[in-house]
Amino acid sequence: MKGSNAPPVVLIEDDREIRHWLRVVLEAEGYRLFFAENGEQGLTETAARQPDLVLLDLGLPDLDGVDVIRRIREWSKVPILVISARGQEQDKVDALDAGADDYVSKPFGTKELLARMRVALRHAALQDGAESAVYESGKLRVDLAARLVYLDGNEVHLTPNEYKLLAALVRHAGKVLTHRHLLKEVWGPNFVEHTNYLRVHMSQLRRKIETEPARPRYILTESGVGYRLQAN
Amino acid sequence: MRPDPDQLLARVQEQENKRTRGRLKIFFGMAPGVGKTFAMLNAARRLKEAGVNVVVGYVEPHGRPETEALLEGLEMLPVRAIEYRGTTLREFDLDRALSRRPALALVDELAHSNAAGMRHAKRWQDIDELLQAGIDVYTTVNVQHLESLNDVVSRVTGVAVRETVPDSVIEQADEIELIDLPPEALLQRLAEGKVYVPEQAKHAAARFFRKGNLIALRELALRRTAESVDVQMRGYRQDHSVEETWPVVERLMVCIGPSPFSKELVRAAKRMANQLRAEWVVANVQTPRWGQLPEGVRSRVYEALRLAEQLGAETVTLSGSNISAEVLNYARARNASKILIGKPAAPLWKRLWAGYILDKLVEGSGEIDIYAVSTRKAESAAPAKVRPKITPWRQYGVALLVIAACTIVGLVFHPHLHLANVVMVYLLGVVAVAMRSDRGPCIFACLLSVATFDFFFTTPYHTLVVDHAQYVITFVVMLAVSLTISGLTFRVRNQAAFAVEREHRTETLYRISRSMASAAGQPEMVKAAARHATETFGGDAAILLPDETSRVAVVAPVPGSEWVDGREAAVAQWVYDHGKRAGRGSDTLAAAAGLYTPLIGSQGRALGVLAIRPPGDMLFEDPERVHLLEAFASQTALALERTQLAEVAKNAEVEVQAERTRSALLSAVSHDLRTPLATIQGAVSGVLEQGTRLTPEQQRDLLQTAHDETEHLNRLVHNLLELTRAESGGLHLRKDWQSLEEIVGSALTRLEHRLLGRPLTVDIPADLPLLFVDGLLVEQVLLNLLENADRYSPADAAIVIRARATPASIAVEVCDNGPGFAPGEEHRAFEKFYRGSSAKGRGAGIGLTICAAIVEAHEGQIEAGNRPEGGAWVRFTLPLTEGAATAAAQEPMNRV
Repeated sequence: MKGSNAPPVVLIEDDREIRHWLRVVLEAEGYRLFFAENGEQGLTETAARQPDLVLLDLGLPDLDGVDVIRRIREWSKVPILVISARGQEQDKVDALDAGADDYVSKPFGTKELLARMRVALRHAALQDGAESAVYESGKLRVDLAARLVYLDGNEVHLTPNEYKLLAALVRHAGKVLTHRHLLKEVWGPNFVEHTNYLRVHMSQLRRKIETEPARPRYILTESGVGYRLQAN
Repeated sequence: MRPDPDQLLARVQEQENKRTRGRLKIFFGMAPGVGKTFAMLNAARRLKEAGVNVVVGYVEPHGRPETEALLEGLEMLPVRAIEYRGTTLREFDLDRALSRRPALALVDELAHSNAAGMRHAKRWQDIDELLQAGIDVYTTVNVQHLESLNDVVSRVTGVAVRETVPDSVIEQADEIELIDLPPEALLQRLAEGKVYVPEQAKHAAARFFRKGNLIALRELALRRTAESVDVQMRGYRQDHSVEETWPVVERLMVCIGPSPFSKELVRAAKRMANQLRAEWVVANVQTPRWGQLPEGVRSRVYEALRLAEQLGAETVTLSGSNISAEVLNYARARNASKILIGKPAAPLWKRLWAGYILDKLVEGSGEIDIYAVSTRKAESAAPAKVRPKITPWRQYGVALLVIAACTIVGLVFHPHLHLANVVMVYLLGVVAVAMRSDRGPCIFACLLSVATFDFFFTTPYHTLVVDHAQYVITFVVMLAVSLTISGLTFRVRNQAAFAVEREHRTETLYRISRSMASAAGQPEMVKAAARHATETFGGDAAILLPDETSRVAVVAPVPGSEWVDGREAAVAQWVYDHGKRAGRGSDTLAAAAGLYTPLIGSQGRALGVLAIRPPGDMLFEDPERVHLLEAFASQTALALERTQLAEVAKNAEVEVQAERTRSALLSAVSHDLRTPLATIQGAVSGVLEQGTRLTPEQQRDLLQTAHDETEHLNRLVHNLLELTRAESGGLHLRKDWQSLEEIVGSALTRLEHRLLGRPLTVDIPADLPLLFVDGLLVEQVLLNLLENADRYSPADAAIVIRARATPASIAVEVCDNGPGFAPGEEHRAFEKFYRGSSAKGRGAGIGLTICAAIVEAHEGQIEAGNRPEGGAWVRFTLPLTEGAATAAAQEPMNRV
């Protein structure tokens, strides 16, 4: 499977066992893997290999994971996927707000990890080219150019803020967006603490596009972190 | 006889203090010019050559060539120049010395008084701080500067010495080196001009440096040195258990009054206590007349008491009208074996009249020895003249009116009354006056009543002349009776007032201690203390407590504690570090706005600082207020200690509880952890070892089993972590606005795999207000409830999630169609490690316990029961927060 065009990935992870099985799984998927056991080494590897993606464990022995993200972001836009344990939601939010693209919670299955990696790589590729103007998933269709939303072929009427909210999610479909990110994008930087706005509008938005708002299909809740629109 | 263990312990502590404390060596001399500084510098040079880090902190610049030669080559700290009334004073720079941290600092002239504006009023306080910082100090002092010898020296030499050092400083010295010089040699040096004498003191010096004086001073110095050697010797003997029996500790009691010689008496007592190696108590009896004494006389008593404290005595204020009885009672209560009292200076007639206290003491003393100490006539001190307070003329007016009224009553009834009854009316009037007025108006009323009686009621009428000799007896008896009655009434009244004042003080302390005792938790207690301090002392008060790094700061601020900042906080820090009072009205850092008192706990360690900023220019000079302040501080310290101990006890309790949980947990979960692990190991090793012999379907099946078991393990570990978190120090809530629908959705998504194919009803009203809760924890509650519902009911039985809003809360219910709780076991469900008898699959029985912990942390309630139609329900409520309802109204829903 290995080839010269295999996407290079830097894995910054101090646990040997996790490095081992990730190597097996990811190389089987056709990625070229470079390892770093700590933050400093990770920064060096990232600079030297110019990878397509960085997998970063937040619990490193030497550096704070969030600092690693900030330092990479000083000179690179490479997608960063964070690996962190459940129960450390605040760390994930900090990492995302510092510039990480997405996260997976330990313990995780390969299916979940590979899906996240694919989304991150696709978004990185899209940033260079044109943004896809139409999003489609199941019965939901969002036309960003025409600013129209359809459910099962019928137009759905949204308030301006509901639309802005949905559009933000569509532009990052498949990726988690933090509460802070969404509040900033829809209401502006002065409203990043007003989570109540977000909750109320999200609930109304779901009522309009989800068949069963308590068991959402399209806009998924990432507890303690934010929201994620199902990838198309 | 074996050494007393307490005493041994105290000695060990003393030695430990000394190990961290610097060593103090005093070069002790009888007079200036004996060569103390010279000897000190010589000793320092020897140490310097031996490689010790020696610094000269301060040496008097007398310009003696021999001294200056010795200073050569020693490191000198720059002095601090202080401008004072146009002249520049050179002072020892304490802060520089502390930051330089030498092993040994030389600081000349222990008795020196610092210029205004320095940290301490006295140099010995500077030195004490150096010692506390672990720096050794060499210093010099002359015998006339010793507090307890001060009066003897001035009596011997006729020269008053103002700068004094408390004896305790000398007593705590590790080494005293006597620099002795025969008087002849000193006079020789003086004649050769080798002794520095300031210009303005030439005259005094001539009086001072007389051979007779010098001999006396030399004797004093030698005796003092011998005493301190003796003390060291005893210490050595006690340490090493050298034969000799323990001396019985004697207790000496000293009575002082408003006499101008009280201070002298205190010093004499100190000397006697030293010689007897006795503890000593200085007592002052406040009689009902105390309040009438002029301010100057009262402050004389206070000064004497303060001096006694400085000299190491215990002081006590007694109250009562019978001085001798109070003194003897107290002496018996404290087991005092000797009572010291000044020889009376009052004239003989007064002594005979008032009943001389000394006689009464001797009379009632029994087994106690009474010593009368002679005091010389002080030239400066005027005798304590008891001058009553100026009585307002109003009181005389009232007396006049009362007697006039008596006269009118007498005149009206005169024709029908016997003269004796008229006298009674007047006596009644006198009593009425005595109940309200001071002494003067009382006597005035007595005299006036006799005069008017004579004028109006005795023949011949309307003259002061009497025609019958028996009237003279009537007048004398009437005067005597009225004076006695008025005197008694007056005294009773004063005593009552005095008792009220005392009671008020006691009550204040009682109230304070009660309110502190009832305060829940430290912040409440500290607030109560600060409030009471403000009420009791006036001005603004605050309590400062240390943080982990021993920096004190105002905690639980009450209004009016904002002034403790910057410089003031630095003073408070000093007080906390040194355990000594400082600030306005004290000897240390007197420039501060507030007075800072350390809160010393029972371990002798400062627990915090009480800061008081007195209103206006008032200072804490009145020792009664200082005593009250100290009592207040020690009560606060005790209360603080109590809350801290309670905290420690509570922590210990929590720890024990946590320990119990841990062990119970261990036994409960070891089974639950091992089972899935065994399954995973079995399945994976099956694939590894028999891989080729298994069909792809069989391999897949084994791996799927392993995968499911890891999920199960993951949930179990997560629950265990949550439980540990809840048990150890409580849950830390990250509250935010949350929609219940979203939380339910998230929980259902996470359990999607597990609930596959099960009928599920979600009944959540669309207009439910937002909750202000920790979303992740509430999701955990739902996860656990749903898992339980799944575990305890058949695979195809429906599960219902229902939510309802009440005005103040949201209630959430999870119901299943299983067998329900065993009757009577509903409430046990929330107990740790309880497992329903119908459990399907595995679980450590901690799910509901975690739910209860989380809901309670949110101030909600959780309960469980059985549905009438079968199956169990668990319901929890979460309180609503103000502002939730308005969240939706913030934004109008305009359509696109």
